[in-house]
Amino acid sequence: MSAQLILFWFFAVFTAVSALGVVFGKNPVSSAMSLVAAFFFLAGIYVLLWAHSIAVFQVLVYAGAIMVLFLFVIMLLSLSEVDLGSGKMTPAKVVGGLAALGLFVVLAVVIGKAQLVGASFDANRLATFGTLKELGGILYTVYLLPFEAVSLLLLVAIVGAVVVSKSRI
Amino acid sequence: MIPLVPTQNYLILAALLFCIGMLGVLVRRNALVVFMCIELMLNAANLTFLAFARDRADSLGHLSAFFIIVVAAAEAAIGLAIVIAVFRSRGTLNVEDITIMRH
Repeated sequence: MSAQLILFWFFAVFTAVSALGVVFGKNPVSSAMSLVAAFFFLAGIYVLLWAHSIAVFQVLVYAGAIMVLFLFVIMLLSLSEVDLGSGKMTPAKVVGGLAALGLFVVLAVVIGKAQLVGASFDANRLATFGTLKELGGILYTVYLLPFEAVSLLLLVAIVGAVVVSKSRI
Repeated sequence: MIPLVPTQNYLILAALLFCIGMLGVLVRRNALVVFMCIELMLNAANLTFLAFARDRADSLGHLSAFFIIVVAAAEAAIGLAIVIAVFRSRGTLNVEDITIMRH
């Protein structure tokens, strides 16, 4: 078993366990901390896929910015146990669990049959693949318009967040 | 040539993450936790893009993941603002009690 495979299983198992921790966490804070852990382990998976730049963005934007936002909202709302709903099993929850399980089985079968390219990497391709230089080269030439559109989207999101969370709407 | 972890492994992991996120959306009643589970599902989509990017040796998948991260940030900002507004007006985050759009 190669070192890469061992690392993959290490990160994969901990990602899945942290994700389950998000779903079955007792209170929102423990769910949020499990989510931070899941993002970090996923960043490890991204590095294994040679997506180093995206792994850095993952830690900066998701584990950094978005999760701080979540924790701030949890702190602001100071939820009591009453708001969280009961933990008992209802028919709707059982059906939800079965639906998720069924979707996973279907996806696993499809992925098992998928025809993958399995492109080979030589040393030259590997030296440039997924680097900031290569990504920036595409982003600022071919994908300049989507890039600018995304900046507009973020501006709208900022204004929208301020308007929606004003005390009187 | 470097031996690779098969792309299928990554795709199965992404499918598993997506289904765990979907399970959370369907089972949990707290709007904030439902939100976190949606972030998990977005991350599963990201992982799929990156797995196919490596499978095809094509960096465009990385750019898709980059755009998904940006859109997820915008979505988190708006969504959490809505959560705060709902909590202020209704005093609850239980998604079963927020049924004003159903009638």
